[in-house]
Amino acid sequence: MSLQNVGRATRSEYEGPALAPEGRLGKGLLQDEPLIFERGRFDMTGVDFDLEGETLDESDLAGLTRASPPALPGLSEPETVRHYVRLSQRNHAIDLALYPLGSCTMKHNPRLNERMARLAGFADLHPLQPISTVQGALQVMDELAHWLKTLTGMPAVALSPKAGAHGELCGLLAIRAALVARGDARTTVLTPSSAHGTNPATAALAGYQVQEIAQTADGRVDLGDLAAKLGPHVAAIMVTNPNTCGLFERDILEIARLTHAAGAFFYGDGANFNALVGRVRPADLGVDAMHINLHKTFSTPHGGGGPGAGPVVLSAELAPFAPTPFVVHGPNGLELVEETHGEAAQTLGRLCAFHGQMGMYVRALAYMMSHGADGLRQVAEDAVLNANYIKARLSGVMSAPFAEGPCMHEALFDETWLEGTGVTTLDFAKAMIDAGFHPMTMYFPLVVKGAMLIEPTETESRRELDRFCDALLELAAAAKAGDVDRFKSAPRHAPLARLDETQAARKPRLKWTPAET
Amino acid sequence: MRFTKDHEWVEVEGDVATVGVTAYAAEQLGDVVFVELPAAGAALKAGAEMAVVESVKAASDVYAPLSGEVTGVNGDIADNPQTLNDAPEGSGWLVKIRLADPAELDALMDRSAYEAYLRSL
Repeated sequence: MSLQNVGRATRSEYEGPALAPEGRLGKGLLQDEPLIFERGRFDMTGVDFDLEGETLDESDLAGLTRASPPALPGLSEPETVRHYVRLSQRNHAIDLALYPLGSCTMKHNPRLNERMARLAGFADLHPLQPISTVQGALQVMDELAHWLKTLTGMPAVALSPKAGAHGELCGLLAIRAALVARGDARTTVLTPSSAHGTNPATAALAGYQVQEIAQTADGRVDLGDLAAKLGPHVAAIMVTNPNTCGLFERDILEIARLTHAAGAFFYGDGANFNALVGRVRPADLGVDAMHINLHKTFSTPHGGGGPGAGPVVLSAELAPFAPTPFVVHGPNGLELVEETHGEAAQTLGRLCAFHGQMGMYVRALAYMMSHGADGLRQVAEDAVLNANYIKARLSGVMSAPFAEGPCMHEALFDETWLEGTGVTTLDFAKAMIDAGFHPMTMYFPLVVKGAMLIEPTETESRRELDRFCDALLELAAAAKAGDVDRFKSAPRHAPLARLDETQAARKPRLKWTPAET
Repeated sequence: MRFTKDHEWVEVEGDVATVGVTAYAAEQLGDVVFVELPAAGAALKAGAEMAVVESVKAASDVYAPLSGEVTGVNGDIADNPQTLNDAPEGSGWLVKIRLADPAELDALMDRSAYEAYLRSL
């Protein structure tokens, strides 16, 4: 079998005295929080309707009249508000503290972005309004497109993909369309062993077989293995740079050259573009298509705080296949090309119902304009500086699998330093919650055993980085000193204790059902 | 019982082989939460994907150690994946295959060779 054994144990190994019942007690001003369906009763309502004298003409319902009332919980407005505010208090957010999830780029969401997105001229638009009444919004899309093209050096951009993986799909569908157009059916996409899981998933969804490229001992794409696997059957390679180990692919130009020599396309996974923005143009690295996560590099909210947006920049060869709609300059101002003829004759079609995440376009453009070209360059520099600061402060105690040389925007540690302590990466991460910090990304990338991937982003101050490092060093000392119970029983101070993920996977409860009475 | 380098085991009775994953593999996988088995009657080629075992860590493909026709699958394990962790080399078996080419057995390891192989990992 293909023995995938790099993950984590998911059952608590804690055997000490029982902790407080999970989440069912009020504590620290946080109350017990049942589901809204358990809180409200179906035979009650928080709103009064005056239905006296109202009659319903049931003939319009064609026999579809409801036999029983809908099972909606009856709550008053304050009960409803409090329920959701209490839930929000149990969630972690970038507005509460550092959120060091590697490869997720949880940077601060500037309030200026929010202010711009709330301007009535943007916030109150409807996607079906006459084009003449939305010229300002189209200008935002056009200017955002200009910034993205300039920062990447690419000639075209598709704005509408709504997430990084959606952007990957857009890019691979454009590559597939280009290959079909040149009568060159190809079957395979290559991804490095450290790739984001979305890369092989996207390739499979686009109809390709996936082959893995090996990694060198220093965490980069193995050029020899790449050259051996390239051939007339390979449609594309998907490479993240910097890669998920937080390392710059120093052979990126040779990777692009080999790929193009084999007639394949180079898809750049732009999830880590925040490490390069303003410093490196992906076009100069030989990229043919790359998505850009506005919700990472350009500071729009995500991770429960807002929707993603993953515009895709395209080379001149791929541009004719870009999805609709896109903005063009017409005789009467800006226009949206939505039909699949004329300049969109070869389009791969639509990727979403309307024009993409308009609110995110406004926020991302506000971020770009408030930083300017020099500010964006400093974004990348500070992101890399902060990650290296963390790497330097923690390396004395925690082991880094690729210790040599600087990292880029994220610092990667492994589990080697915990050997013999009885504490695992999972235990360490859970104990971080008790110490007041959200855990880092763990057990990813898969090529590193017990990976701990820390991405501080440029928006954290040195004081905050020090607080974080101090907490981790204190935890590390406790782990080394043999205080295993503290780790196995963590988290003790969170609303919920450690969950049994095995049972959750074996017997998932996918739907709420009323308790038997 | 004979073994592959991909951690499948095979026990042959007459011309039918019972196939499962080894205790080492079950230990490495962690708690198994889902098992996907081939349909009875399916034709398998040695080395091709035969089943999927999903643990809390990851999903892993199980390869057919031998070519032949699937004559039976362990329906109990689909309902109760814990069996694969409890008795991987017994009641946690996955598939029964009617051998197309018994000579393929010669390429598999015996237990002492497999154990030596595990020590080399």
